[in-house]
Amino acid sequence: MIPELGNFSLVLALSLACLLSVLPMVGVYRNNPMLMTLSRPLCSGIWVFMVISFACLAWAFLHDDFSVAYVARNSNTLLPWYYKFTAVWGGHEGSLLLWVLMVASWTYAVSLFSRNLPLDILARVLAVMGIISVCFLIFMLLTSNPFDRLMLNTPAEGTDLNPLLQDFGLIVHPPFLYMGYVGFSVAYAFAITALLTGKLDAAWARWTRPWTNIAWAFLSIGIALGSWWAYYELGWGGWWFWDPVENVAFMPWLVGTALIHSLAVTEKRGVFKSWTVLLAIAAFSLSLLGTFIVRSGLLTSVHAFAVDPERGLVLLTILLLVIGASLFLYALRAPVVKGNASYTVTSREVFLLINNILLVVATAGILLGTLYPLIHAAINGEDQPVSVGAPYFNTIFLPLMGILVAFLTVGSISRWKKTSLSYLKKQLLKVAVASVALGILVPLIVTREVNIGIFVAVTLAFWIVFGIARDIQVKTSNKESLLQGLKSLSLSYCGMQIAHFGMAVIILGICLTSHYSEERDVRLAPGESIEIGSYEFIFEGVSPIQGPNYTADAGEITVLKNGKSYLTLTPEKRTYRATGSVQTEADIDVGFFRDLFAALGDPRGDGAWVVRIHMKPFVFWIWLGAFLMAAGGFTAILDKRYRVKEVKTEKEPVSQADAAINTAPDLAGETG
Amino acid sequence: MLAHRQQKLAIVLFIIFGSALAIGLVLFALKEGINVFYTPTEISAGEVGQGQSFRVGGMVKMGSLVKEGLEGAEVNFLATDFCNDVLVSYTGPLPDLFREGQGVVADGSLDNAGTFKATQILAKHDENYMSAEVKASLDAAESASIEVCHQ
Repeated sequence: MIPELGNFSLVLALSLACLLSVLPMVGVYRNNPMLMTLSRPLCSGIWVFMVISFACLAWAFLHDDFSVAYVARNSNTLLPWYYKFTAVWGGHEGSLLLWVLMVASWTYAVSLFSRNLPLDILARVLAVMGIISVCFLIFMLLTSNPFDRLMLNTPAEGTDLNPLLQDFGLIVHPPFLYMGYVGFSVAYAFAITALLTGKLDAAWARWTRPWTNIAWAFLSIGIALGSWWAYYELGWGGWWFWDPVENVAFMPWLVGTALIHSLAVTEKRGVFKSWTVLLAIAAFSLSLLGTFIVRSGLLTSVHAFAVDPERGLVLLTILLLVIGASLFLYALRAPVVKGNASYTVTSREVFLLINNILLVVATAGILLGTLYPLIHAAINGEDQPVSVGAPYFNTIFLPLMGILVAFLTVGSISRWKKTSLSYLKKQLLKVAVASVALGILVPLIVTREVNIGIFVAVTLAFWIVFGIARDIQVKTSNKESLLQGLKSLSLSYCGMQIAHFGMAVIILGICLTSHYSEERDVRLAPGESIEIGSYEFIFEGVSPIQGPNYTADAGEITVLKNGKSYLTLTPEKRTYRATGSVQTEADIDVGFFRDLFAALGDPRGDGAWVVRIHMKPFVFWIWLGAFLMAAGGFTAILDKRYRVKEVKTEKEPVSQADAAINTAPDLAGETG
Repeated sequence: MLAHRQQKLAIVLFIIFGSALAIGLVLFALKEGINVFYTPTEISAGEVGQGQSFRVGGMVKMGSLVKEGLEGAEVNFLATDFCNDVLVSYTGPLPDLFREGQGVVADGSLDNAGTFKATQILAKHDENYMSAEVKASLDAAESASIEVCHQ
């Protein structure tokens, strides 16, 4: 009964979504305010029915209703209740349900928090979001309904949730990732609206910015959590594999980053308008591409679980429809939204343009590498499959990011319109000297050697940090005290600097981990030990233990630091009872400056095991940096002007770029 | 207007610069980043040179896995396409689903003695879900073996 209720709610949500995608648009073109106003209640209706539907599926999981095919495939009576709940999004159908719930939530949020938006704009935005909901609800109901029943032979026991997904990381990773993916649909809907109305002014950019920032921040956290999960759950201590599924989540993030920066230019200076619209379309299209690639199993990946080509085909159709329709609209309407302000070669506009080009080129490179196996198969046939490995992606990505960071500090310290070279030199010469000096000194002092990779990375990290310090110093110099100066900085400025600081932290984390990690795969008999740096790892042996739904061989590794007892690591080799699948469970001692990582490999006779032991300095900083970036994104949206000025712009129609300059002064003069 | 021209020049220059950089990097990176897949039969036929890094796929031959009596964490096994075998040597922990008689894909290169020195071993990722690439590799291995064995 309950699953039917869930199914029924889905159908109701679909009906309302159909209305939402049509009625407000009709209202706009008939100039009928009543139809336009209808969009808000429709949004709440869709959201309510999606929540009911989601709750019904969760109920089916928690009550072990194995007559529901999806539950039978992804759950088991032995599963602890919290994994039963998270198993709701552990498979294809359920994660699609979560996806659509997210679309509904974002749509609902837009209808709630855009009270200041002109009604005709809001109606268009919500209608576009409605179309997206319709596409995915139809897809779900036709090809992957999570409520399908196994009426005749209801199994007494479910198959079990994939052991890899029985983990805290997987409780939180998909919701955050989807929040980000789907969040770009808001920017997309705003972009389509801009194309439809032909009005793309500072006010438009100001409406779009907070939504883009928040989606981007969620996506940052989602990717970081995924990387963290891979680090400890896949068992081998790596945190980024350039796996297709990682890449498809990373590409919308890169384009989203470009979008955030180009939106800033569009808001402040009224230029890059059609480019901004294109980026918004690209960010959401790449999110859809991600969903398509993960769900179709088109590319090999550690994440590519059960796959079904038929679903892929439907998804591909949706993808092509979205991309095709929006690019068609773009081709028709982009000339209408052209910008007309002027700027010179050394202005902030140009530095942000460089940022955008680098990010888009990096995305294109990753896209090519990700799809290359398909291209190769299409040209050369299927019998000689190729794969593209990490070296390709590193070669493409790292140099581009190096250049990006070099321009980051220059861009954030420069001025709009025109910045003289002598001004840049005055501001940045000391910063440059100091960061190069520290780039040489720090590795020298710590390890007594410098190589080019370390030098570049450390220099760039300090280049960002000192650049931020210098910029804040400049911005606060005309205030009486530093404290007063800091108080006068706007929240969006603080958000930007926090995110940039996060970038510096990530660079240090990645570089130091990659260069100074000590990784050993050794065969250890009980009592044998190995030394890494000041740590000694003693393998005490392996003993059997019982978990709630698995049995395991638990290893015991005593760690000594400088000869003194320090801690014990207990990595496990689990065998899950329901499926008999084996799962390596690493044990990690997380520290601010270093992680100690131990995982059990396979037994090699006489109680000896192959053990993987890592000492990874600064690996924590990678995730810390990602969270700082997200925090920056969240801080920026708290800025007052996103709330106050909206009211003002609504009353006086902004006439393109002139108004953009007037309403939005230079960041330097922006005192909140 | 000077500023306007400068602006256009800047955009054009950056687009040229950007695409040149991109194309250069991609061409360079594609050279070193791509692994081609070979079957044991193709390797026995001498299609792969020494030191060239590539990917081999097949089944782990029953009874061929040697774990003991080797140095450290080394393991040896034969990867077979039921027609020819290639000796694979790997140092490190084997994946959870590595089994004799099951599919395996390994990245690495051939040494002087014709042994495949694996840098990475990929096995089926899960009991229920076989990686598409491993499956494709195994299918390729099977079809290749049938072809050769018929000759």
